[in-house]
Amino acid sequence: MIPAPVGYLRASSLEEALDALGGEDAKALAGGQSLLPVMKLRISRPTVLVDIGRLPLAGVEIGDGELRIGPLTTWDELERAEALETPALAAFGECAAGVGDLQVRNRGTVGGSIAHADPASDLPAVLLAFGARLEVRSPDGERTLETADFFRGPFTTALSSQELITEVICPVPPPGSGSAYVSVEHPASGFALAGAAALVRPDGSTSIAVTGVGSTPFLLPADRNPAETLAEAEIFGDRFAPADYRRHLATVVVRRALGRAGQRAEENRP
Amino acid sequence: MPELELVVNGEPRSLEVEPRTLLVHALRDGLGLTGAHIGCDTSQCGACTVLVEGRAVKSCTMLAVQAEGFTVTTIEGLAPPGELHPIQRAFVEHHGLQCGFCTPGVILTTADLLARDPAPDDETIRRALRGNLCRCTGYQAIVESIRAAGSALGAEASA
Repeated sequence: MIPAPVGYLRASSLEEALDALGGEDAKALAGGQSLLPVMKLRISRPTVLVDIGRLPLAGVEIGDGELRIGPLTTWDELERAEALETPALAAFGECAAGVGDLQVRNRGTVGGSIAHADPASDLPAVLLAFGARLEVRSPDGERTLETADFFRGPFTTALSSQELITEVICPVPPPGSGSAYVSVEHPASGFALAGAAALVRPDGSTSIAVTGVGSTPFLLPADRNPAETLAEAEIFGDRFAPADYRRHLATVVVRRALGRAGQRAEENRP
Repeated sequence: MPELELVVNGEPRSLEVEPRTLLVHALRDGLGLTGAHIGCDTSQCGACTVLVEGRAVKSCTMLAVQAEGFTVTTIEGLAPPGELHPIQRAFVEHHGLQCGFCTPGVILTTADLLARDPAPDDETIRRALRGNLCRCTGYQAIVESIRAAGSALGAEASA
């Protein structure tokens, strides 16, 4: 399977990339682990690929109480980032380690996956639980989008066609917090049938988000029992996992993620 | 058509490719390196795995133009002609292949794994193999081969 004929431009700067994305049906290419498979199936047929893969937008940093992840950080880099090896941030590495396989994690990028917005993608649950925001840039300037407003539907986001994610920013939870990501995967595709990210703060407050079960990942309201919310939520079903089964899986992964995050929070108490 | 320059198995190579040409097709059809196999065409099976800048990637899920200027290692270039790399030797000695179709990809994934973790435990090995399917289902022998390859490379490094 070969993609349809396509133009190609390797961007040497963010400005050049944004400018080129103004062309009709232009599409940004980062690691290509989501885009190239759909181009091979001809589900996606851009006229020109704007390769942003070599822009200096990778890296994981913590400073001023915030975690900053460059959009071109690969899953492998995220999994191995030392800055994330704390009980409070453990959900990130745990999530990255479960994405795809070694080869996909070597090429696939955080920003590419967020922009692709597969409803079964793992990371959005973590971003939602942590209250992450996305810095995005277009030729008109920069703006900041809350993750909660970013995902609009399956493979649909608030990004305009001439806009790129330039940074993912999360507040670092207070000391004594713990987090976890737990999923049950489809055994062949590896995508989450249900995934849950949980963050437990030292005051006992929690943030929980789920993925794989609806048209977008979503945050569970903090003031309600998660099982009650999930019992009423609109849950997606297919031939692999009907809605009732997915709903059950969601309650299981939420319980496990909460348990593991709580345990980590306890171990993290000063 | 863009002129692509890259270093394949230690040698600078250049060839003309369409932007849509996948790396695996550039290697097989452009450079005659048929060791990168096409098993599934859908980014699942890992038979097309090669090393790009030392890291295992599925060459059916990378455009050739994305590899511009990079070093690429295929199974043909893992060891000098006529010789076997310690990973290949371990696969021969431990029955790590039956039909052999998935083997080039498995071996290059192994090269990436062992470069980072010279003595992986079985769980780590199995996790690293997630992107390589063996239709003969000879996984147990593959895991044993990789364990042996790790020991052999470790012994070589300390010799």
